[in-house]
Amino acid sequence: MKNFWRRFSYNRGAVIGLFILTLVILTAILAPFVFPQSPWKMVQRPFLPPFTDNALLLGTDALGRNVISGLAHGAYVSLLVGLVSTIVALAIGVPIGALAGYFAGRTDDALMRFTEFFQTIPSFALAIVLLAIFQPSLMFVIIAISIVSWPPVARLVRGEVLSLRTREFVEAATLSGLGNTQIIMRHILPNALPPIIVLASLMVAQAILLESSLSFLGLGDPNIMSWGYMIGAARTVIRTAWWLSFLPGMAILLTVLSLNLIGEGLNDALNPRLTRKTQ
Amino acid sequence: MTLLSIRDLAIALPVGADRIYAAQNINFDLAAGEILCIVGESGSGKSMSANAVMGLLPEGVKPVKGNITFDGREILGLSEAEMLPLRGGRISMIFQEPLSALNPLMRVGAQIAEVFEAHGALSKSERRDRALKLLEEVGIPDPQAAIRAYPFQLSGGQRQRVMIAMALALEPDILIADEPTTALDVTTQAQILKLIEDLRKSRGMAVIFITHDFGVVADIADRVIVMQKGEIVETGTADEVLLKPQHAYTRALIDAIPRLVQRVDTEADQGKPLLTVENLEKTFSTGAGSLFGKRRVVKAVQNVSFELFAGETIGIVGESGSGKSTVGRCIVRLLDPDAGRVLMDGVDISHLAGAELRDQRRKLQMIFQDPYSSLNPRARVSRILTEGLIAFGTSKDAAHAKACELLEMVGLDASAMKRFPHEFSGGQRQRIGIARALALDPSIIIADEAVSALDVSIQAQVLDLLAELKTRLNLSMLFITHDLRVAARICDRIIVMQKGKIVEAGPVSKVLHDPDSAYTRSLLDAIPGQEYERALALAEAEV
Amino acid sequence: MARTDLNTRTGADSVIRFILGRLVKAVFILLAILVFNFLLIHAAPGDPAAVMAGEAGAADEKFLADLRTRFGLDQPLYVQLFIYIKGAVQFDLGYSFRQQMSVAEMIGDRLPATLLLTGVAFVLSLVLGVAAGVAASARQGRWGDTIISTFALLFYATPLFWVALMATLVFSVWLGWLPGFGYSTIGANYTGMAHVLDVAKHLVLPASTLGLFFMAIYMRMTRASMLEVSRLDFVKTARAKGLKRGVIQRRHILRNALLPVITLAGLQAGQIFGGAILTETVFAWPGIGRLMFEAINQRDYNVILGVFYISAAMVLLFNLITDVVYVIVDPRIRLTT
Repeated sequence: MKNFWRRFSYNRGAVIGLFILTLVILTAILAPFVFPQSPWKMVQRPFLPPFTDNALLLGTDALGRNVISGLAHGAYVSLLVGLVSTIVALAIGVPIGALAGYFAGRTDDALMRFTEFFQTIPSFALAIVLLAIFQPSLMFVIIAISIVSWPPVARLVRGEVLSLRTREFVEAATLSGLGNTQIIMRHILPNALPPIIVLASLMVAQAILLESSLSFLGLGDPNIMSWGYMIGAARTVIRTAWWLSFLPGMAILLTVLSLNLIGEGLNDALNPRLTRKTQ
Repeated sequence: MTLLSIRDLAIALPVGADRIYAAQNINFDLAAGEILCIVGESGSGKSMSANAVMGLLPEGVKPVKGNITFDGREILGLSEAEMLPLRGGRISMIFQEPLSALNPLMRVGAQIAEVFEAHGALSKSERRDRALKLLEEVGIPDPQAAIRAYPFQLSGGQRQRVMIAMALALEPDILIADEPTTALDVTTQAQILKLIEDLRKSRGMAVIFITHDFGVVADIADRVIVMQKGEIVETGTADEVLLKPQHAYTRALIDAIPRLVQRVDTEADQGKPLLTVENLEKTFSTGAGSLFGKRRVVKAVQNVSFELFAGETIGIVGESGSGKSTVGRCIVRLLDPDAGRVLMDGVDISHLAGAELRDQRRKLQMIFQDPYSSLNPRARVSRILTEGLIAFGTSKDAAHAKACELLEMVGLDASAMKRFPHEFSGGQRQRIGIARALALDPSIIIADEAVSALDVSIQAQVLDLLAELKTRLNLSMLFITHDLRVAARICDRIIVMQKGKIVEAGPVSKVLHDPDSAYTRSLLDAIPGQEYERALALAEAEV
Repeated sequence: MARTDLNTRTGADSVIRFILGRLVKAVFILLAILVFNFLLIHAAPGDPAAVMAGEAGAADEKFLADLRTRFGLDQPLYVQLFIYIKGAVQFDLGYSFRQQMSVAEMIGDRLPATLLLTGVAFVLSLVLGVAAGVAASARQGRWGDTIISTFALLFYATPLFWVALMATLVFSVWLGWLPGFGYSTIGANYTGMAHVLDVAKHLVLPASTLGLFFMAIYMRMTRASMLEVSRLDFVKTARAKGLKRGVIQRRHILRNALLPVITLAGLQAGQIFGGAILTETVFAWPGIGRLMFEAINQRDYNVILGVFYISAAMVLLFNLITDVVYVIVDPRIRLTT
């Protein structure tokens, strides 16, 4: 553990990422307390520029809603969607990949054809189709994102399991009389964990990007204030009030960037073999 | 005439490594046309000084002191640009793993022609002609075809010949060979050694040959340097070092080499066989499954039958691709045989499944080759040793007590229980692997190349341990190995396999000293250092 | 394992066999998507006929009744599936009630614009991404590397639609350098070279915003791959031959390092189309992505499903191209499969 932190913090970017992410998480947690009012409520005249009213630090949007409150509440939505859909995607992808890699042969063929199908079809278009046909609620947004983001997990896990399966310690475990479940859970998956963790951190970032894109197109939950929705709503007024698009975009950029940086740090920390030797 | 001279060379490892210098106080001379062998175990720093000569040390490793004089000119500390004409031009190099040492995406001919291009020699068409000549000279069977082949289409020995052709292209003064035969089969090794020897004679080229194998040293060296932990412990002519070693470490290394010497066969008490293998068959097919792919079929095991009696050790010997490991894996059912029977106490286990297989397999345990991949890096030794017992219903406490006993039996302290595999050396890990195999009280142990990855001194210790445990626990053993010397040391009977079939089987003395098949004979002839062994035996007899 | 059949095969027939295999696979995937679309229509809340008709058409009883008989909506499910697939195979992707046009025709009109946009973005991102990756790896740990890597990291984290908006704002609204929307200047009626130039001008912003994100991906992959390959044994062999650094970089490292990048590019083909939906929406680029956006707003399901189907076909085409490139670069696949 100590080693882990030493290697992680050796990557300066990762530390910065962790710092930014902590800020975003705090914002998300504190949003309902600092801005108890609904972010949808009109509080002032529309198009109030930032830094003109101390009570409304970042001004108001086209409908006179408080921008900073919207950003704070949006943080909650982004993190929630990113986290939950990643967990769901892992719950789909890890078992599929593990079964395919461990049992190989026909099981592998069948499962990988299935995965390949989902990986070949344009994932964003699939998410759009799903949300256009079903009701765009927060739950469906999460489901749609999970459905399009599990294939890389399955592929990664399969690859890892496939190579671990032929390792001698797994053969030894078979000879020791351990069952398949025990072998997968105790010998194979723990060794496949580091790359899965790294991938998961990048998936949270991708899910946040995906959620914002869907909301931007008007396919988000219409009752929930999100960063993508804010940009979509401000798109038509970009000539007159560019900051309304700019600010939520920066929020997405920083959050996604922080997660990517953390992913790199985790990669350095968990795969010391590949750690940069210079510096 | 001294071609190369190294004085007081010290090569530093990166900060944080387990020692400061990869090699230090290195002094030696190389005369034109001589073969100098640098011998040592892994981590001795034996290839460092040779790499320093080329200016090709690994990242972070730097020469910090000393001189390297080549042809009267100081070359240590030359700039990259100044080194270029020397590399491949006057000094060239070949490596251990010929497959990874060749660019997989380039044709062999282009890779050879590139040497001329790098040094601005010859015209384009001349380069090709010369490449062809070189391939002929190094004895590639069909040079016209080989020149257009990609490395993956050649065998291991052919690839190493290509590497040598490349190294010879510009008729260098020195060839540095870094363990060039370690990855090859023994017969191929003999051919490559002969090739290097011949080329040295015909071209008057000096060779620095780095190896861990004293047999190889004995066969080709003019002079020998022995290294240990980054320092030279002994230097001398081949005869001096090999027959009258002065340093204790050299003596220990030489003593550890398993010998082919004549030994008396111990008749095992033939009763009922413990394990009977009948007509075992296994075929692998690749490229199958897809609609348009071509199927390639390899008959890995064909019609293999033998019996193993209680207390007996059978060696299954063969080169890579002989199917020897497949036999072992089919017996323990890590692979499913296509046909044949495996009788264990009269029960055919080749078709068992589920709980029945599990219970029968308990009596058959395996020791693996690679001490690094055979232990789960994320499991403590306690778990590695106890989980089999627990899976078979032993209580946790009893399993723990038994595990401690096992550790002691294999010569490790009980405190090892709490540690992870990476905290142990290769030899210690192999001991843990042996303890694990013994945990379920098996009657048969299958050792698959169990000592091949170990240094020779560790190898001797592990072989001794296995022999001792075998007698003490009355085990039977199937010892799968490519190394006839190792087989000679530990086995009662030997089975020789080639291309999936048994070509010869019999008592160890018969197979090793009076074989019936030509193939066994060729394997025996290829073992390096046999003359030396006889000389050594003679010298020992005199003392 | 001595292999003696060294030169018996040229590899040409293997390549054809390989491509045929891929084509068969592609057909199966397209069929699977049709089944998937069909299931979606039936899984959607409400009457399948109403789903097919879209929100506008659902009000028209006669149109609904017509749909029911045409797709046999009162017959068993498998008959309906058969009718649906049969239609789609003949490029009958349904009818858009709102646009009073067949979906296939609408897509046909818009597809060239999308192919132009995605094609240019794909090539641009791959070429520049690989170049930047090579440059960064050659300067590993130094300033050049840091700058390139930081840019890649930033673009990798930026929402595409936002980059598009900001690009319009800066280069079109503020600086006025480039047109910020559309495919060509409305009412100008340029012909010949002037038209090409006009389209090219309109293409700059959409193609570069779409390309930037993917450029970042390819750059990161190329850099990592170059560094990994440079540690392999054959690079040491190349150095031992006395080859110059530049030659080693190009001939030995780059070629091998490109393999995973090509694989990645194939996998990313679907993503490029996803990006095109966003880019076309922001830049009012008249492609099928924009068509999809319009259909979402109008709940025109036939159009949405049709675009989805055609985009999958497009992605399969991109995949096929990358597969062929891979086979050309890597002899091991060409000569063993």
